[in-house]
Amino acid sequence: MNLFKKKNYIILDRRSEAPMPAPAEHEAPAVPDGMWVKCSHCKKLVYKKEMEPYSICPKCGGHFRLGAMERIAITCDENTFSELNGTMQAKNPMGYPNYDKIIAKAQQKSGILDGVVTGTCQIGGVDTVLAVMDGNFMMGSMGSVVGEKITRAIEYATSHSLPIVIFTVSGGARMQEGIISLMQMAKTSAALNRHAEAGLFYLSVITDPTTGGVSASFASLGDVILAEPGALMGFAGQRVIEGTINEKLPPGFQRAEFQLEHGFVDAIVPRPQLKDTIARLLALHTHKGGGF
Amino acid sequence: MNKAAEVLAASRKITRPTTLELIAAIFDDFIELHGDRHFADDGAIVGGIATLNGNPVTVVGVQKGHTTEENIRRNFGSPNPEGYRKQMRLMKQAEKFHRPVITFINTSGAYCGIGAEERGQGEAIARCLFETAGLKTPVISIFIGEGGSGGALALACGDKVWMLQNGMYAVLSPEGFASILWRSPARAAEAAELMKITAPDLLKNGVIEKIIPEPKEGLDHNLAYTASILKEELVKELHTLCQMDIEELLQKRYERFRKFGEFSE
Repeated sequence: MNLFKKKNYIILDRRSEAPMPAPAEHEAPAVPDGMWVKCSHCKKLVYKKEMEPYSICPKCGGHFRLGAMERIAITCDENTFSELNGTMQAKNPMGYPNYDKIIAKAQQKSGILDGVVTGTCQIGGVDTVLAVMDGNFMMGSMGSVVGEKITRAIEYATSHSLPIVIFTVSGGARMQEGIISLMQMAKTSAALNRHAEAGLFYLSVITDPTTGGVSASFASLGDVILAEPGALMGFAGQRVIEGTINEKLPPGFQRAEFQLEHGFVDAIVPRPQLKDTIARLLALHTHKGGGF
Repeated sequence: MNKAAEVLAASRKITRPTTLELIAAIFDDFIELHGDRHFADDGAIVGGIATLNGNPVTVVGVQKGHTTEENIRRNFGSPNPEGYRKQMRLMKQAEKFHRPVITFINTSGAYCGIGAEERGQGEAIARCLFETAGLKTPVISIFIGEGGSGGALALACGDKVWMLQNGMYAVLSPEGFASILWRSPARAAEAAELMKITAPDLLKNGVIEKIIPEPKEGLDHNLAYTASILKEELVKELHTLCQMDIEELLQKRYERFRKFGEFSE
């Protein structure tokens, strides 16, 4: 019986080993690239295939954050999205040190040129203008490019008598562009005023998180405001409030459910039902009426 | 201390004249009106009707105090949502009765608290930006001290935006800027300089149209000096704005804010 016989082995001199790779490269569990992700809501490890196509955790139902292109893919009717102003890029109005490098890094990380993608499309067969912010680009902060693209999208909708749907995700005004960022709030809100004066429909969809200057401008101005489950929406950041009042905030504070309770959103719609809900609302608002 | 940090300190000086003192120095027959008709009367926002050279106007502004006690009543000049809704109520009232509106801005920002969020601070500010853009009467906005963030912008969407010599206006406080971007609130003076918060800087980039001079001895020692200049400028400007066709006025106001943004394509 050779079965239990000790195998031959060799002893390695530690000094002869190849140098260890830098620890950072080995921190992630050794599973094939990107097949598993940790849910940011329930902290459990989730098989990525099980989250498709809506990026929802199969264990807790938590909604993962989506990039603009992923959002467009699950929202627009197939092959109907046509981008507007797709080449716009940031300059440096305040002369912020290394802003060009910060922008280049964000572009590389997000795969888009700035924090919003805008265009025209059909949703449920209805023509609409669509703007989708992207949290992967400097946390969706609003500087000149975001403000200008959203304003042009609204103006396009006004001049073509179209509704507009805006998906928001933003940490607020982009501080690196200083006061010019703040002006984007006034600019987008004024454009929405004209869209409203023309009797056109604006649907705002709040996704996690929507705060600061975006919550205090176009995000809060929808004729109808929908929110994804659990999405954070508020003017002041939670740490700022805790610092001001010197106490911990209650659980669920500023979440979509809190905003529904306090009357600031019309409905919370889980992602799998979102496209259908948007399509129905668009259809109701493009109906010419007069049937009575 | 650099120039921007000096201006910042001057704009926050506790003896700096407040909105109510400026109203008393410039207008006649002021009647203060209270409440937003929804929830409460916010002490941080004051407003009402007055006359300027005999003509009725609506005035509204952020009120700070000169003592801690006064400041507690005024919430240190940080409005709650009911303050912004009171502002909007008075501005819609002005529109109805064809009165021009003058706003005075002096706030480090909208209040950050639980109640403010429960009552929709973001929505309250957004509504001011949206409604002012379409308000069918002339609006002149004047920064008299601090101007911080969206909480200041809510009152600063006028046809003309002016600033007293030692006023300031920024996307957020230089302390906040330094602590968020550099994790070092101690670098506030450096941030103030970089952020271009002073009246001459803001005039250069078109954020304001006019600087109202302050006396050498300080605004708190000679308010009459600045008040008389401001009164004269207001009368002159309102004469022009009130002659304008409403559609033209609104178009110009739209273009005033439409122009901001630097980008390439």
